[in-house]
Amino acid sequence: MTTRHDIDAAPELRELNLADKHDGPGAAAIVAAGIGVFTLGLFTVLAEVSAGIHDFLESMAFGQPVGPLAGKTILASLAFFVSWLILGMMWKDKDPDIKKKFWLGFWLGILGAIMTFPPVFTAFG
Amino acid sequence: MELTSRETWTVIHGLVLGTLFLLAFGGGLAGLWSLRPGFLTAAGIRERMGRLYFGVWAMALVAWATVITGSWIVYPWYRVKLSPVGDDAYAGCAGATLPNATCSPRDFLKSNVAGNTETWHGFGMEWKEHVSWAAPILATAAAFLVVYYGPRLIGRPWLRAAVIVMFVGAFAAAAVGGAFGAFLNKIAPIV
Repeated sequence: MTTRHDIDAAPELRELNLADKHDGPGAAAIVAAGIGVFTLGLFTVLAEVSAGIHDFLESMAFGQPVGPLAGKTILASLAFFVSWLILGMMWKDKDPDIKKKFWLGFWLGILGAIMTFPPVFTAFG
Repeated sequence: MELTSRETWTVIHGLVLGTLFLLAFGGGLAGLWSLRPGFLTAAGIRERMGRLYFGVWAMALVAWATVITGSWIVYPWYRVKLSPVGDDAYAGCAGATLPNATCSPRDFLKSNVAGNTETWHGFGMEWKEHVSWAAPILATAAAFLVVYYGPRLIGRPWLRAAVIVMFVGAFAAAAVGGAFGAFLNKIAPIV
């Protein structure tokens, strides 16, 4: 395996004798974070679009008066952790292009954040 | 001098956890910023990495604790419907100058009984309650990346910058939540 961290640019690392690491687990965390935030935004919009989805999200509140926020946040958290687990297993010993994966996660996250902005999601109501 | 149970939880959610989050963010960002070629000796790297690992994971855990206490403990008190009468959802808020036993903070804001307050709910609370959940997600992923790559981030400036973007993104999401939380608690406190 070639070394991805640049020891010539950072000679202080030579003394630490660091073994190189696959980028797969790191890329999985980055993309999963994007998926989590995107899911949060998506369900925020969908709760406005559909009364059925709104009620489904609200039904996940375990009897607490949390409203549809319960389902939005539970599903977003699940999307983050489950996708992290799946991608982490898929890419465990692989080296995907982490720059491309970062931009994928970045834009998913940006889209998700935009969809949590009230003027945006209420436009779908 | 005492705090009610609800006030105590509001303080834990906003002040205690919020302060810890800010501290962890400041320390974590300074640590990440200094992971640059030529800035540290090998001994210096060894000395500070443990502290950085602790700081980034503390920020992630505090972020989860903040959104969970906010959404599942404090938020139900904010949004409860107390005294609707017929079609008038805000009947309990008539004449109120602050939320009270018959007028929840959300109903108080939406009723506009004390000025033009509806936007504090429709924009401030709605944005805060949603976007804040991006903070623990981004902070957890950033914490994992810091621990997974460790000092290797020094030799990979682009990746280090990507981690900082996620770390700052987590802070920005929390800042929206924290700022609106402070304003909302001033205008329509949980009682």
